[in-house]
Amino acid sequence: MRMTGISTVLQATAFAVLASLPAPGWAADLKIGFSAPATTLDPQFHNASQNIAVSRNMFDTLVQMDPDSHIVPALAESWRLVDDTTWEFKLRPAKFSDGSPVTAEDVVWSLDRPATIPNSPSSFTIYTRPIVEKKIIDEHTIQLKTAAPYPLLLADLTNVFIVSKKATEGLTSDKFVTGQGVLGSGPYKFKSYTPDDRVIMTANENYWGDKPAWETVEIRFLPNDSSRLSALLSGEVDAIENIPTPDLEAVKNNKNLVVGEKMSHRLIFLFLDSGRNETPGVSAADGSPLKANPFKDVRVRKAVNLAIDREAIASRLMQGLAFPTNNIVTETMQGYVPGIKPAYDPEQAKKLLAEAGYDKGFRLVLASPNNRLINDAKVAQAVAQMLTRVGIRTSVDAVPFAVINTRGNKGEFSSVMMGWGAQTAEASSPIRAMIACTNKEKGWGPVNWGNYCNPDLDAVTAKALNTMDDAARAKLLQDASQIVHDDVAIVPLYFQANTWAAKPGITITPRMDERTSALMFAPGK
Amino acid sequence: MLVFLTRRLFGGLLVLFVTATLVFFAVFALGNHVDVMVSPDADQTERAAAIARLGLDRPILEQYASFLWNAVRGDLGNSFVYGKPATTVILERLPVTLELAVVAMAIALAIGIPLGLIAGLKPASFSGKTIMSGSILGFSLPNFWIGLMLISIFAVQLKWLPSGGRGPTVDVFGIPLSILSLEGLKYLILPAFTLALYKTSLIIRICETGTRNVNRQDYIRTAGARGVPPVRIVTVHLLKNVIIPVITVMGLEFGAMIAFAVAVETVFSYPGMGKLLIDSINRIDRPVIVAYLMVTCLIFVTVNLIVDGLYAVLDPRVRLSASKA
Repeated sequence: MRMTGISTVLQATAFAVLASLPAPGWAADLKIGFSAPATTLDPQFHNASQNIAVSRNMFDTLVQMDPDSHIVPALAESWRLVDDTTWEFKLRPAKFSDGSPVTAEDVVWSLDRPATIPNSPSSFTIYTRPIVEKKIIDEHTIQLKTAAPYPLLLADLTNVFIVSKKATEGLTSDKFVTGQGVLGSGPYKFKSYTPDDRVIMTANENYWGDKPAWETVEIRFLPNDSSRLSALLSGEVDAIENIPTPDLEAVKNNKNLVVGEKMSHRLIFLFLDSGRNETPGVSAADGSPLKANPFKDVRVRKAVNLAIDREAIASRLMQGLAFPTNNIVTETMQGYVPGIKPAYDPEQAKKLLAEAGYDKGFRLVLASPNNRLINDAKVAQAVAQMLTRVGIRTSVDAVPFAVINTRGNKGEFSSVMMGWGAQTAEASSPIRAMIACTNKEKGWGPVNWGNYCNPDLDAVTAKALNTMDDAARAKLLQDASQIVHDDVAIVPLYFQANTWAAKPGITITPRMDERTSALMFAPGK
Repeated sequence: MLVFLTRRLFGGLLVLFVTATLVFFAVFALGNHVDVMVSPDADQTERAAAIARLGLDRPILEQYASFLWNAVRGDLGNSFVYGKPATTVILERLPVTLELAVVAMAIALAIGIPLGLIAGLKPASFSGKTIMSGSILGFSLPNFWIGLMLISIFAVQLKWLPSGGRGPTVDVFGIPLSILSLEGLKYLILPAFTLALYKTSLIIRICETGTRNVNRQDYIRTAGARGVPPVRIVTVHLLKNVIIPVITVMGLEFGAMIAFAVAVETVFSYPGMGKLLIDSINRIDRPVIVAYLMVTCLIFVTVNLIVDGLYAVLDPRVRLSASKA
């Protein structure tokens, strides 16, 4: 009885408070729980996805990726190719949040600046280095020249935020912590920042696009999975990214929450060491050392590819958070081959193994991270069982991501499960990074842990990267994907899903890249 | 006296040196942070540049030597992530954790002392037994689990208190404190309470034992016989003597609280030193991890030195044995 009394009083007070608030002010605030803390507010200091996700709210890029990873205009209203190496961008009449205009000079400054920042943990110069010359035509027109034809320039520019020259000239990155220099032309403007805790922003009335949906946006950094979810359940935040997998079903069944899901550009796949004559994680069925590396034989790689039941992993283990594939990029991206479908045929796999001389099978250690991808260690276990069923007796070595990286770079694995997000939204991104022959001068194959090397594939990919015609390039990238598939250069498993959850009344526009921002959320009607 | 303190000082320095060495090599073995920090798009040039910039391409002994040389001069390196001195990054978080620890300590004392007194005065009563068995729970339940339970009850179900993070702050001499506003305090209650629970149990135990011992002493009985009111006996005569060991133990425990608020800060997303440590381990921000452990070690060594020094002043036997040596 007493409890009821208290709660009636509380409710009455709450109602009085609510009634006294102006209605729009109440609905127009958004608090989002992020799963990784930004490490800086300087949008050009540290190239890490969580930093880009925060900067996105306050800064513009020349061009941007839409939710399906198609390149669309942003600060640049339009662009054209003057010749194969010269791009011309027309800026829209935009203003920084302090009211000063965004000019071609600011753009040049922003493209020059990454190379001048000292001690950057991971620099943005990888996106600006291809540009060898920047020419201001007029206040709103700029030409960028690359040394060679370079079709990925637009994709690269989606990561380079445009800062105000006036506000950032001579300013060191550590000053940004106070908000100094955090002046962009994005939909929101900086209000306050507490490192590792939260960023608060308000609507930018000078924004060139549609009026921002929220009056105030607060990004809270809640890396602990259960803390993030409980913050949403308690009403502390209105929306979160990355719903913790163990709680996914409960969240989906919770009537007081809405869920947003979308196929990610992150491919989960297996590396098979096809390059070395001897490989560390393989032995004969009786445990004795094997003379040759079985993965050098394409029939063995094909057998592995056929032995994995991707549908079973997706439906039973991943609760729909996996989209089975045998392609290396999603349908929306250049280089997708519609004809390549995942096939599951354990009988055929056994036959191929016997043909290759492994009728008794062999033993394999499959490495996997245990804290990086959704359900990573569990999926690796499932894959191991499926391989064991066709005769490859597989055990799993699951370790933290930081450890797997070190060991992978030392070449300690015969097979390892990893993930790769195609940031450039086309197939050359995964190919260059992990399938192309390792070549330090070209910068290709930096994480080619399968030691795969196929000059034909490199040639097609290189040709695609020199082709400015979109249709012709798409065809070349498809050819490259086809080679990857036919030769089983890697074993694609599925695309992971990205998930968000919010309070009812909030509409979520899920994205294919993993970049959460306030722009994804809108008050419902 | 001087000889004694000098010896202890050298002992402390030796401990610091051994810790530095262990920590350096342990953290070196942790993994290659460049792979974690550099953008996945980065090519070989970019990777090599990052490695060279951070001096990771030099032989490990050379890195160790320069680490020691810099450490002696108070420079524990720049954080890879924040790009500023690791000690600065840590010291910025120190007030945040300090605030949490102070509130937690206050809660522990405010609850622990009265409960310990009650349990000590009436050991056979129902309330006395309940308090003592309750204190076992405080010892044995893991911190993070209690934190999660408190969140699910007070934040998720009842929606009375925020589930995590740090509240609004007020600047005092340039240090932002959240303890000074009601809204800020609300954010402190759950994490501070979680952190306080173990200490509360500890205080209850010490108080209970102390009370039972002191209560048997002649001067308490005499006071009772002389007709001093029981309330005065407890609050003045008894409490004064019970509280001395509590203060001693808590003084030492306070250091541990600051150093090991890790679990609580992680569960409550509380941006203090402990959470910084976990974040830094995830990102393999080596200088911050090393500096954190060194700062922690320094806190303990200093506290021990002070305690030893005090004992030397208070207890003549310590002085005697030291000067003989």
